[in-house]
Amino acid sequence: MKETITTLTSQAAPLPIENIDTDQIIPARFLKATTREGFGDNLFRDWRYNADDTPKTDFVLNDPTYKAARILVAGKNFGMGSSREHAAWAIHDYGFSVVISSFFADIFRNNSLNNFVLPVQVSDEFLAKTFAVIEADPYAQITVDLENQQVTLPDGTATAFDINPYKKNCLMNGYDDIDYLISLRPEIEAFQASQV
Amino acid sequence: MSNTPQTLFDKIWDNHVVKRQEGYPDVVFIDRHFIHEVTSPQAFDGLRKRGAKVFNVNRTTATADHNVPTKDQHLPIREALSRHQVEKLRENCKEFGIELYDLLHPFQGIVHVIGPELGITQPGMTIVCGDSHTSTHGAFGNVAFGIGTSEVEQVLTTQCIIQSKPKKMLIEVNGTLEKGVTAKDLILYIIAKISAAGATGYFVEYAGEAIRNLTMEGRMTVCNMSIEMGARGGMIAPDEVTFAYLKGRRFAPQGEEFDRKVEAWKELKTDEGAQFDKVLTFDAADIKPMITYGTNPGMGIGVTDHVPTLEEIPTTEQPSFEKSLNYMGLKPGESLLGKAIDYVFIGSCTNARIEDLREVAEFVKGKQKASGIEVWIVPGSNQVAEQARAEGLDKVFEGAGFELRGPGCSACLGMNEDKVPAGKYAVSTSNRNFEGRQGPGARTLLVSPLTAAVAAVTGKVGDVRELV
Repeated sequence: MKETITTLTSQAAPLPIENIDTDQIIPARFLKATTREGFGDNLFRDWRYNADDTPKTDFVLNDPTYKAARILVAGKNFGMGSSREHAAWAIHDYGFSVVISSFFADIFRNNSLNNFVLPVQVSDEFLAKTFAVIEADPYAQITVDLENQQVTLPDGTATAFDINPYKKNCLMNGYDDIDYLISLRPEIEAFQASQV
Repeated sequence: MSNTPQTLFDKIWDNHVVKRQEGYPDVVFIDRHFIHEVTSPQAFDGLRKRGAKVFNVNRTTATADHNVPTKDQHLPIREALSRHQVEKLRENCKEFGIELYDLLHPFQGIVHVIGPELGITQPGMTIVCGDSHTSTHGAFGNVAFGIGTSEVEQVLTTQCIIQSKPKKMLIEVNGTLEKGVTAKDLILYIIAKISAAGATGYFVEYAGEAIRNLTMEGRMTVCNMSIEMGARGGMIAPDEVTFAYLKGRRFAPQGEEFDRKVEAWKELKTDEGAQFDKVLTFDAADIKPMITYGTNPGMGIGVTDHVPTLEEIPTTEQPSFEKSLNYMGLKPGESLLGKAIDYVFIGSCTNARIEDLREVAEFVKGKQKASGIEVWIVPGSNQVAEQARAEGLDKVFEGAGFELRGPGCSACLGMNEDKVPAGKYAVSTSNRNFEGRQGPGARTLLVSPLTAAVAAVTGKVGDVRELV
C-alpha cells in the first residue's frame, strides 16, 4: 500500500531547542548503511544515549510519557546543516509523521516532503503556545489536517500552514516525484538536445 | 527575451527550466551531477527497482571521499561499514557506467575540490550533489546546491530535479581585507552577522571589491560556507580570475573553443538595476581574524573579542546559548585569546586546497609544532597532495612535526577514524562546529588556515595579525 498523509491527531514530543542540525538528528558515524531502513534507532543518538549506550533519562524520547507521539515539536530553524536525507529517514523510521517548528532549513524541508514527513511551519507565538500546551498536558492531542492546511491545539486554537500544492498532492495521494519526471522524458530529451 | 534587468541567478536558473507550471515547483535541468559513497547507494537501489538507466553518464562524476581513511589508502579499508559503502559505490558505478575517481586514482579527492581543479565545474552551469557544500561550485558563477538522496535519484534517472525557485539575496563586501584576514574570516564574519539561518530560503550572489580581490580558491571558501547561513547556494560572477583559473584544466574547453566559451561566460553577470529580494552590505575593513565559540557557525567572534555575555543574547535564545556554551566548556563573556587547544585540523572542502596549504607552510616554515597537541593536514585531493610535494611543502610540514595525509573529508565530519576525542578542543579549518561533528563530545573552534597555523605552532588561540 502506498504511504499517504491526510489528517493526523496525536500526542506530540517537545524538543524546545533552536537550530537543531541534522548532525544531531543523525550523527555522521551512522550514515554508513546502504539502505533506508533502521535509522530510527539512532535518531538524536548523542542526545538520547550516553557514551556507554545507556539511555539519557532526561531526554524526551526516553520519557515513556511521549511513547505514542507521532508529532515532533522543535525549536526554530530545525534541520540546518548537512543535506543528509538520513535525517528525514531517521525521523520517519522512528515513527514521526509531522514536525512542527517556526522555521525549517531548506534542504531538510525538501527531504522530509520526499519521505512522508510533513514539515509544518507556524509562527513563533503559535510554537510557544504549542510548547506551553504540551507542558501543561503531555498527553494533549494536536491535530494536523493537511487537506485544509491547518494545525489545531486541544483548546481549539488553530493556525494555517503553507505547502506547495504539488507536494501536498504527492503526500495526500502517495505520488512520486520520479514518476512525474519520467512522464516529462520527451521534454527533457528535447531540452538536452537544444543545449549547445 | 524581456528587457527587464535580470540577476545572474535568474539567468542561469530560468535558462535551465524544462517545465514551469502553476502550482508546481520548477523542473530544472542539471548540467553536472557529482556523487559520492554516502548519499548515493539508496538512489541507485531506486534505479534498479524501476529498471531505469542513468539518464546521461557523461554528466555524472563519482569519487569516494566522505568515509575513506587518510592513512594507508593503498590497503583495504579496515572499518567494515565504510569498506562496504565504498565497495557499493564501485559496484554501482560499474553497473551503471559512471566514471569513478576511486581511492589512489590521481583525480580522487573531496568532491568539491576535484570538480573545480579538473575544470569540470564551469561558469553558467547547474550543479548538484548529495552534499550541502555543493555551494562551493558557485564560485565560478554557477547555480550549485546540495540535495538529498531522493533528489540524487531524480537526477540520476532524469537529469532533472523538482525544485522551488529560491529568493535572491545580494551580499556586497566593499573595501579591502587587512593583512592576515582571509576569505574564511570574511565568510565567518558574514555568518556571525546574519546568523546560521540568516539566508535560509535565499540564493546568494556575492559582490563588491573584497570579493573581486579574492583568488578562485578564496571565492570557493566563501561560496562553500553559504549553506552555513542557511542559503540554498552562493555564487560569484565569473571574471578574468575565473577564466585564468580554468584555462588548461583537464576537462575545461581547450584552445579556440576555450576562447569562444570565455566570450560567452563574460555575459554571465547581474544586469544593472536587477532586483534582489534582499541586499546586505559589509565593509571588509571591519573584519578581523574570526573564530567560533559555539555549536553552530553563526556563533563566531573576532579572535580578540569576547564570547557574548548572557545579557547580550535575546531572552528567548538564552537556553540554546547556554546549552551550547556548556557543551563547549566556555563561559559567557570569556576571551578565547591564549586559550590552550588540543588538536589542529587543516582540511575539508572549505580549506584544503593548494593555496591553503601554501599559506600554512609559509607561516610554519622553520617553526615547530607546539608540544602536546596533534596536527592533521589532510589535502583536498591527490592533485593537491602531489602539488604540495612538488613544492616541498611536505618537507616543511614534516620539519614542523605535522603529517601530510591522504585526501578525504576526514575529521571535518569524523566518518572515518579521524575523530577528535570527547572534551578536546580542535582548531579546525572546516565548516561546522555542531555538537559531535568532529567526534562525540569534540569541541570545534572554526578558523582560517592562518589562524590554525598559529594554533599549531603555539598550542593556543592567537591573533595572526601580530605574527605576519
